[in-house]
Amino acid sequence: MKAIVCVKQVPDTSGKVAVKENGQLDRASMATITNPDDLAALEAALRLKDATGCEVVAVSMGPFTAESMLRECIARGADRAVLISGREFGGSDTFATSQIIAAGINKIGVGPEDVVFCGRQAIDGDTAQVGPQIAEKLGLPQVTYAAEIEKDGNSLIVKRLLEDGYMKIKVQTPCLITCVKELNEPRYMSVPGIFSCFDSEIEVLDYPALQDDPLIEVDTIGLKGSPTNVFKSFTPPQKGAGTMLAGDDVANQLATILAKKHLI
Amino acid sequence: MADFSEYKNVWVFCEQRQGELQTTDFELVSEATKLASELGCKVVGLLLGDNVKGLANEIAGYGADEVVVCESPLLKDYTTDAYAKVLCDMVNEFKPEVLLIGATNIGRDLAPRIAARLHTGLTADATHLDIDTKGYVEYLRESSTIDVDNTTFDWEDRNLKMTRPAFGGHLMATIICPRFRPQISTVRPGVMKKAAFDSAKAQAVKVIEPAFELSADDIKTEVLSIEKAANKLVDLIGADIIVSVGRGIGKDVEKGIALAQELADVLGGGVVGASRAVTDAGWLDAAHQVGQTGKTVHPKIYVALGISGAIQHTAGMQDSECIIAINKNETAPIFGVADYGIVGDLFKVVPQLIEEIKKAKVA
Repeated sequence: MKAIVCVKQVPDTSGKVAVKENGQLDRASMATITNPDDLAALEAALRLKDATGCEVVAVSMGPFTAESMLRECIARGADRAVLISGREFGGSDTFATSQIIAAGINKIGVGPEDVVFCGRQAIDGDTAQVGPQIAEKLGLPQVTYAAEIEKDGNSLIVKRLLEDGYMKIKVQTPCLITCVKELNEPRYMSVPGIFSCFDSEIEVLDYPALQDDPLIEVDTIGLKGSPTNVFKSFTPPQKGAGTMLAGDDVANQLATILAKKHLI
Repeated sequence: MADFSEYKNVWVFCEQRQGELQTTDFELVSEATKLASELGCKVVGLLLGDNVKGLANEIAGYGADEVVVCESPLLKDYTTDAYAKVLCDMVNEFKPEVLLIGATNIGRDLAPRIAARLHTGLTADATHLDIDTKGYVEYLRESSTIDVDNTTFDWEDRNLKMTRPAFGGHLMATIICPRFRPQISTVRPGVMKKAAFDSAKAQAVKVIEPAFELSADDIKTEVLSIEKAANKLVDLIGADIIVSVGRGIGKDVEKGIALAQELADVLGGGVVGASRAVTDAGWLDAAHQVGQTGKTVHPKIYVALGISGAIQHTAGMQDSECIIAINKNETAPIFGVADYGIVGDLFKVVPQLIEEIKKAKVA
């Protein structure tokens, strides 16, 4: 049995966000982190390992700099790390990205008892599309927004969040689960893990390694294989600063304004 | 260029839960009538469920000309497998040009699955949609820093221009899907305006019940139960008045929340919202959360109490008509989006404000 975890290295959008003059994100000047929901996915896989002794494989698609994040996954307890990287993959939208990652997962192989874990969404794109699209490409059933996962023989029972409650869903393996932050508290890297992760091999799957997969075609990967294109990107204008109220009678001032504007 | 002439009409996937339509459905159908008038086509609602045909009039009342209804006991509760299969079959049969799906927890599960199966593009969580370039340019003039007068546009472009926030709201991106159909977008709940209900239109609806195939073997998941959250549902999206609390209530959480509720009540019966810091700390549950990962709201009055105003929060409330911020820290970024700002201790200012509003109302 295996747990395959898809992780993404993202710019830390909670810190200072730098935007270039042309309106594009200045990724180079921003700190990078492992996507928070993906850490929940990794933790879910590691807990499955604690319970069953299964193998945990961390997979990421991205530039070679994503290697450091994969080493962190090993330091946390992952057994293997696979980096899908190649300039042919650049410019991919979610459709093309999921196509490539699914091909990478095909190389790793999905056995009858295996589970693929993803984060609900990445904080840079916020689309929440790649997980379900990988599931579709691999022909696996999916459960998204997982906030609790219980193993029940060859099935998983997942508490799936809704806006006003939750559903309990039973799903057979193999399957794909996308995880929300509320699922768990990710563990820290261990000191022996940190020492050993630098000696671990990061397997690299480039275009030649994946091109025999039927999912990988010129018109299904990269910019050319992306059904969506960015038409324009722009920054919203700053809203003008409002009125600051000062003095001992601010409450009275505000109430007067609200009454004058017929807001109360 | 591929020939898309057989793709027509704007479709809306109408989500029902336990036989009840969702507010998002009405927002989307209303928005679809705008797109359909620009395209010169019909608005079609797609309704999946068990014994749901009766809801078609309700969908039509907000602007749908036709409603395609697929009924089966297997569609009673949402499952990805069943809904994706029937939805894809309907798209292949009727070939809509545009398909809108609410970006609810269910819509965001379904949409990527079908977009991957249909091999087409999908935009997530759109907050603005245009067909006509003219309308889009007007939108840019209002909502972007682009110098539209010195930019060249293709005025003949008839692609759906789907605009959405990215990178936590720091950047807006307009996405198009020029080479594939249908053009699919999930749309952020609470952003599109719901039209007035038209009962004549509701009565005139044309219900279409196509044949479809679905068997229990198609469904690889089993819904064991559906539980509502224990607490009463907080209707942030529909509220005219929202008083939200942030980390600043930490000194006395219970009193802070009580003050927020009292202020919401005197302002005219509002609800209490919260920043992520508050829901993460467990002071209020996630249903109260406003912001990028919570709800997007645009009430008439939004009061931010002790909320610093990180972009993840302001992304969800900056379109409110009147924003009032009360914060101890005068450099808090919330004052950058506030119409009225007060620097002070909310535990002192709010009780005074409640009194003054009571007085002003009597006067």
